[in-house]
Amino acid sequence: MIAGDIEFSDELQSYIDEWSKKEGGLVMMLHRIQNEFGYVPRAAAEKLSLISGIPLAKIYGVITFYHFFKTTKPGKHRISVCMGTACYLKGSQELLEEIRSILSIEPDEVTDDGLFSVDEVRCLGCCGLAPVIMIDDEVYGKLTKEQLPDIIAKYRSL
Amino acid sequence: MAYKNFILVCGGTGCESSRSDEIYKSLISEAEALGVSHDVQVVKTGCFGFCEQGPIVKVLPSESFYVKVKPEDAHEIIAEQVIKGREVSRLLYRKDKKAETAKLEGIESYQKQFRIVLRNCGVINPESIDEYIVRDGYRALEKALFEMTPEEVIAEVKASGLRGRGGAGFPTGLKWEAARKSPGDIKYIVCNADEGDPGAYMDRSTIEGDPHSILEAMVIAGRAVGANFGYIYIRAEYPLAIERLKIAIQQAKNYGLLGKDILGSGFDFDIEIRLGAGAFVCGEETALLQSIEGKRGMPRPKPPFPAVKGLWGKPTVINNVETLANVPVILTRGAKWFASIGTDKSKGTKVFALTGKINNSGLIEVPMGTTLREIIFDIGGGIRNGKKFKGVQTGGPSGGIIVEKDLDTQISYESLTALGSMMGSGGMIVMDEDDCVVDVSKFYMAFCVDESCGKCAPCRIGTKQMYGLLDKITKGQGEEADLVKLEQIGKAMTKASLCMLGGSAANPTLATLRHFRDEYLEHIRDKKCRAGKCKDLVVYEIDPIKCIGCGLCARHCPVPCITGEKKKPHVIDGSKCIKCGECFVACKFGAVVKR
Ligand SMILES: Cc1cc2nc3c(=O)[nH]c(=O)nc-3n(C[C@H](O)[C@H](O)[C@H](O)COP(=O)(O)O)c2cc1C
Ligand code: SF4
Ligand code: SF4
Ligand code: FES
Repeated sequence: MIAGDIEFSDELQSYIDEWSKKEGGLVMMLHRIQNEFGYVPRAAAEKLSLISGIPLAKIYGVITFYHFFKTTKPGKHRISVCMGTACYLKGSQELLEEIRSILSIEPDEVTDDGLFSVDEVRCLGCCGLAPVIMIDDEVYGKLTKEQLPDIIAKYRSL
Repeated sequence: MAYKNFILVCGGTGCESSRSDEIYKSLISEAEALGVSHDVQVVKTGCFGFCEQGPIVKVLPSESFYVKVKPEDAHEIIAEQVIKGREVSRLLYRKDKKAETAKLEGIESYQKQFRIVLRNCGVINPESIDEYIVRDGYRALEKALFEMTPEEVIAEVKASGLRGRGGAGFPTGLKWEAARKSPGDIKYIVCNADEGDPGAYMDRSTIEGDPHSILEAMVIAGRAVGANFGYIYIRAEYPLAIERLKIAIQQAKNYGLLGKDILGSGFDFDIEIRLGAGAFVCGEETALLQSIEGKRGMPRPKPPFPAVKGLWGKPTVINNVETLANVPVILTRGAKWFASIGTDKSKGTKVFALTGKINNSGLIEVPMGTTLREIIFDIGGGIRNGKKFKGVQTGGPSGGIIVEKDLDTQISYESLTALGSMMGSGGMIVMDEDDCVVDVSKFYMAFCVDESCGKCAPCRIGTKQMYGLLDKITKGQGEEADLVKLEQIGKAMTKASLCMLGGSAANPTLATLRHFRDEYLEHIRDKKCRAGKCKDLVVYEIDPIKCIGCGLCARHCPVPCITGEKKKPHVIDGSKCIKCGECFVACKFGAVVKR
């Protein structure tokens, strides 16, 4: 495969054209790439390096430093379990274990059907509703273990 | 045409996630369906601070305060209140089922509060610059541009006694003055909206509820120090806040309040948003600057301070969101007024995100000098389910636990530090008797292990070592000598780390060791966790007197290791039990006990 062999949408391409001219735009460009692909594919990082002239090693240095950037493809539905303090005290660890057991996956895995992946995240900023999980962009608060099977089932058929 | 009623729907993240957006839309469509859309304006506002009771809807002018509203309730609110002028009684806030209904201002927990930073949250539509302006918005900027010299602005901020709300409490006026005096024609203003403390969302709510106050303050700061460009560094995890900032920036530009020649004053100022990417250490100011420069966010030694050498080597002022939100009010109402609130050395108010085992979780703002007891018991409504208070953590992973005997302390930067904790950015997490201090210390230490940037050895190695020791103790494999080791490593790390992440990572552990040494010893000597949190130490048993032999627990046990005849006391086979706790939850007679 040729380095950087990946299609960018026009919006992404023009975003990168704009931001590669600005000082310090690397983090912003990576955000935009992850926005488009759900993660930062190797080929996209290579292409970014070619366009912007930023060495690939530097790009990977930055990707791996920040927790937010992912280098592997997530599931179709991303389940984020809040492990912030408020949620932890109200039992988010148990929610996490229950979700992993319902989906039978280990940390960093995607379910065999490619539908789900589970991330631990820090404080989603709705601590008043602890414990909280987020599936895609939907937030579920004041959750109990018992509600999980139904919620997850809803996404299986989506 | 004037509206007869205004309906304010909370659009803060907490409520937004409990479907406030649907409520908002249903209210509008119901008003249309019932033909009264010209009588009522529906507005999405910022957080009311009553996240526990959300979603929240407030109707003006009657001040009806509705809680736990559902989209299905929209019809009734429009049909009853807007059309017939009758409140929907069943949705009104009540302290408990039998109590009288109450207005927001009448609620006890609201009365001890004092809102400067959150002045507009839950009052205006954060997506409307006009509503901000009606409430004196951008008046302070006008003053700073036309009625005061930059030196006078700085003098006013100095005189107000405002100190940084991001944690360190450095006097804001002095910081601005240092940046002003630093030579150079290019200078920057940076707003720190990284809010990394897990369990805190003050800055998020401030931006979501009142984004223009931050923009206004940044322009004022720019004018004061002679900077023409500002960055807002905000967590990517806050999409709603980012969206509202974008809208606000565009509106301000359209009104000539941002950009070239602001209000014809000849002063230029522009603002750009930069996203964080999930690294706690990037909240530290020197790391944050690295991150804006597009690099790995690692701290560097200070001095030189950013006010002298900051972004791209230029003088830079970095201020927290809440610090900035105070600035416009200081200019409009005067330093004297501001300095009259609070304690001797800590002026103004502080916003806290009150969470954990407390009845009224939510966002509060109180004058400095309020006691912790007032916050937890009067405003927070005390501990959930009648449990016993154990401690309150301020300052998140950098702070420490504060216990019962110190609850009458008046909060200020100095008093909280003296208690071995710190003001921090405003997370306040309440723990009860069911929380284990060793487990919580381990939780915070795991956080620091994950977040240590690895640049300096004391933090990189120290946090790992301390985590290992705490983990051992929670598993019942600890030795008494471990406690001494924890203290030694903790003290070394505090002294020798490059930045305050490592410099304060030991605080939660050291504080719990000070106040709850006996519980650590119980874990070590008796292999016992009195809170029942440390799974390896918990033993589940069935009390033969309380057990009626219904068999429910046996059906829930996944192993299964519970046996017994019908209507006779059951027994758990401890050698097979995996300590999942299912039986404990299942039993309706309280017969399963943790020991
Ligand atoms: C590890 C670490 C994390 C920090 N995180 C934040 C943060 O999330 N938000 C913030 O405003 N300040 C944070 N700070 C404090 C900043 O370094 C800095 O003091 C502050 O932004 C200055 O603004 P202020 O004077 O208005 O408080 C953090 C400091 C450290 C050491
Ligand atoms: S104390 Fe920790 S976070 Fe700070 S510079 Fe050192 S290793 Fe990095
Ligand atoms: S659920 Fe409770 S009452 Fe029923 S058998 Fe088990 S311990 Fe006994
Ligand atoms: S701790 Fe989970 S939302 Fe804040």
